[in-house]
Amino acid sequence: MTETLPKPAMERSGRFARLWGSDIAWSYRRSPVTIVASIVVAILIVAAVFAPWITPQNPFNPAGLNLMDGFTPPMTANEFSGNFFVLGTDDQGRDMYSAILYGARISLFVGVMAVLFAAVLGVTLGLLAGYRGGWLDTVIMRIADVQLSFPAILIALMIFGIARGFIPPGSRDQMAVWVLIISIGLSDWVQYARTVRGATFVEMRKDYVQAARLIGVRPLKIMFRHVLPNVMGPVLVIATIGLALAIIAEATLSYLGVGVPVTSPSLGTLIRIGQDFLFSGEWWIILFPAVTLLALALSVNLLGDWLRDALNPKLR
Amino acid sequence: MSGRPLLEIKGLTRYFDVSKPFLDRLVERAPRQYLRAVHSLSATIGRGETFALVGESGCGKSTVARMVAGLIPPSGGTILFDGQNVAARRSGRADRELRRRFQMIFQDPYASLNPRWRVKDIIAEPIRAFDLVKSAHEADARVGELLTLVGLDPSDGAKYPHEFSGGQRQRIAIARALSNNPEFIICDEPTSALDVSVQAQILNLMRNLQDELGLTYLFISHDLAVVRHMATRIGVMYLGKLVEVSPAHELFAAARHPYTQMLLDAVPDVEMTGRNRAQVKGEVPNPINPPSGCSFHPRCPYAFERCPAEEPGMTSVARDHEAACHAVAEKRI
Amino acid sequence: MTEPLLQVRNLRVEFPTRHGTLVAVDDISFDIAKGEVLGVVGESGAGKSMTGSAIIGLIDPPGRIGGGEVLLEGRRIDNLPPSEMRKVRGRKIGMVFQDPLTSLNPLYTIGEQLIETIQTHMALSDSAARKRAIELLGEVGIPAPESRLNSYPHQYSGGMRQRVVIALALAADPALVIADEPTTALDVSVQAQIIALLKRTCAEHGAAVMLITHDMGVIAETADRVAVMYAGRIVEIGPVREVIKSARHPYTEGLMASIPSLSHEQDRLFQIDGSMPRLNAIPPGCAFHPRCPHVFARCREERPELVQSGASRAACWLHAGDRR
Repeated sequence: MTETLPKPAMERSGRFARLWGSDIAWSYRRSPVTIVASIVVAILIVAAVFAPWITPQNPFNPAGLNLMDGFTPPMTANEFSGNFFVLGTDDQGRDMYSAILYGARISLFVGVMAVLFAAVLGVTLGLLAGYRGGWLDTVIMRIADVQLSFPAILIALMIFGIARGFIPPGSRDQMAVWVLIISIGLSDWVQYARTVRGATFVEMRKDYVQAARLIGVRPLKIMFRHVLPNVMGPVLVIATIGLALAIIAEATLSYLGVGVPVTSPSLGTLIRIGQDFLFSGEWWIILFPAVTLLALALSVNLLGDWLRDALNPKLR
Repeated sequence: MSGRPLLEIKGLTRYFDVSKPFLDRLVERAPRQYLRAVHSLSATIGRGETFALVGESGCGKSTVARMVAGLIPPSGGTILFDGQNVAARRSGRADRELRRRFQMIFQDPYASLNPRWRVKDIIAEPIRAFDLVKSAHEADARVGELLTLVGLDPSDGAKYPHEFSGGQRQRIAIARALSNNPEFIICDEPTSALDVSVQAQILNLMRNLQDELGLTYLFISHDLAVVRHMATRIGVMYLGKLVEVSPAHELFAAARHPYTQMLLDAVPDVEMTGRNRAQVKGEVPNPINPPSGCSFHPRCPYAFERCPAEEPGMTSVARDHEAACHAVAEKRI
Repeated sequence: MTEPLLQVRNLRVEFPTRHGTLVAVDDISFDIAKGEVLGVVGESGAGKSMTGSAIIGLIDPPGRIGGGEVLLEGRRIDNLPPSEMRKVRGRKIGMVFQDPLTSLNPLYTIGEQLIETIQTHMALSDSAARKRAIELLGEVGIPAPESRLNSYPHQYSGGMRQRVVIALALAADPALVIADEPTTALDVSVQAQIIALLKRTCAEHGAAVMLITHDMGVIAETADRVAVMYAGRIVEIGPVREVIKSARHPYTEGLMASIPSLSHEQDRLFQIDGSMPRLNAIPPGCAFHPRCPHVFARCREERPELVQSGASRAACWLHAGDRR
């Protein structure tokens, strides 16, 4: 069929109205799963960001913890101190509710930063490879191929190990978060690079790029002002799904004990700690962080899936 | 026409490397393969005229357009724009000064406008690239002027390309092409993606603009009727070579090259004049491996022993009218 | 009068969207007689391809037939179940599309595809089907058909592929061939060959042709009658010579006048200002009225139906006074 259906004109004007009337907003409103997922993500993000104001204690401050509070089950008062904990406490007397929100904070921070790092790196390399082509393209894509043949977590472990060798022991704990971000980011850029490279090839053939070349617009400017906005759709999708993966990767690394230190636990660290008490009856120490991680990763992933379908004109 | 021509093309040649990747070639012991897109093409375009290149798809006419525009470098030959070599390296300033003087209109108005840019930014891009205005306000005024010139409303500048029909988009593309006050515009099939009634609008607009602004056009098209309407001179291309160059009216009255005659015969008779049409034979051969001698000889009704053996050169057949054909040169036809 | 081969009655094709229902083909009726070539011409968005797809039951969802009926040899085919419709396609109606590659499977040889089509619709033995395939290829001008039978589609040139598609369309001796822009993807010099071939072979097989195209030249050379479509409606239908030489509808008139001429020079082309309306903004009354040079009050309010005017029928209030 050659006849295409034109986009109907918007009756309402104004920025918000246009957004509300857009195809994306429409497909959002029609998907209850997406609405639930986005609410879960929003609640978790808000709770993590405002954790210091909505939690009873700072779980990262060892001085504020009372060992006497240890192993309090959820929804009960501690038998010695009489303190009440909604989600119970761990062996150190850490309030699980506070620990989870602070942990989610770290998980989200690491996830978002790792995705940003991977996306900026991958998009830039992908644009360069696609725009320049030739040997530069070959080099970048071969590196990407090599990296793809290793599991991402192995690469992160390797980078993590190398980085630790360079950082003086005294500042290791402070640097751990940044090392995590770089490790996860470096293990994840390939996807962005490949996608952007392919999309760049397609865009480069289009005459709007030629029209810009004709009047002598510089290659960098063409890449970032012309091509980049047109390849951002798939990048956004990968980034969303990548966020879920990065959060899980952080949890995995922390679970393996190479992530953030126990003194400032992320969700992954909390799960590792909780694992020790799984068979001694203190189930809440592992269950609540795990459920939070699951909810976060699943919801972000569902958002990514929706975004992919919403941006795909063929499925609309 | 005074002095030297605006554009002079001499021996222009372009090969494309269509070889398989290096490793495949190594394994299969295959040689490199080249596609001959344009072969030793010479032409001149005078100021204020419309020179049209016609031919079927794959004849190299778009490659010529892109080489003239400086978008792809020639493999051989020179393109002189007002005496300056388009492909030569020169300083940034001189390069900008040269580029300011020509522009291009592309075939597909859906691909030639960046979908993420507002129309006013699209049209203003060349204005900014060549620093033709001092302020944003002045740029806006100029964009409004250009939109009016091509028959759109200045308020359309705030919209995005997808809000326009194909014909309106081509008007936007024309406004962009005019924004840096060029003297010369390369038009690569500017109406072949448009409907007939819209095509008429765009062709009329282009002729009006030519009259008003004194533009020179290099007009690429496969449609002989469109070319007849637009061109002052016409070059017919076949498999990368010019086979006939003639003033427009003469080509339609007295085409000499058998290929040109065949092309003319292939146009359906929409006016139902009962024009007698010869049935055309065969299809365009593969340009990777073109026929020897005159590339048209396998399809030519007048081919004789000289044709496959020897490549014909241009012979003058009338004033300003040349054809590359042995049969014509020997006065067989 | 004998019964027409194909009767289209008040056909309506619509696309439900979230902004309301778009009507791509709006209440159109026409007939095709046995062995006749009907040209359907119009610009992009006029609904001509959609009409063809509706007849063969191949409208892409969410599009659907919203009303009217299609009768082939007196039998309704628009409400047939998909399995029945599949039998009608190929056996009764052959199809030729713009891009030959969409009709040919790249994984099978030309021979396999032809023989399969022949055997699906006709009870023939393998050797008889093979013989017929060779005949068909020869008929559509494929040189050395016996050896070319074992080639794959990519080994054929564009023009040769379209010849094979025509052979496929005619494989089961259908009564009607629907050709949707059969030459648009081809080179100028090949277009004429394919059109001539289509016309000749269909005439030899006694098949009627519905030729959908945007190219008036192709219509002029091929069709017996022509229907001109605009914004989902037929605005004029009649004998091809009549429509081309003395158009009744201002749109047809403008369309003909805006084609650059090969035989004489014009200073400026005739132009119809504006463009075809989008489906969501079809003007009330006559859809052409905003672009029409002869517009008057009635055009803006009332939608004209086709009325007899000379040998043609046109949907225009200018001809409302003509005899029905």
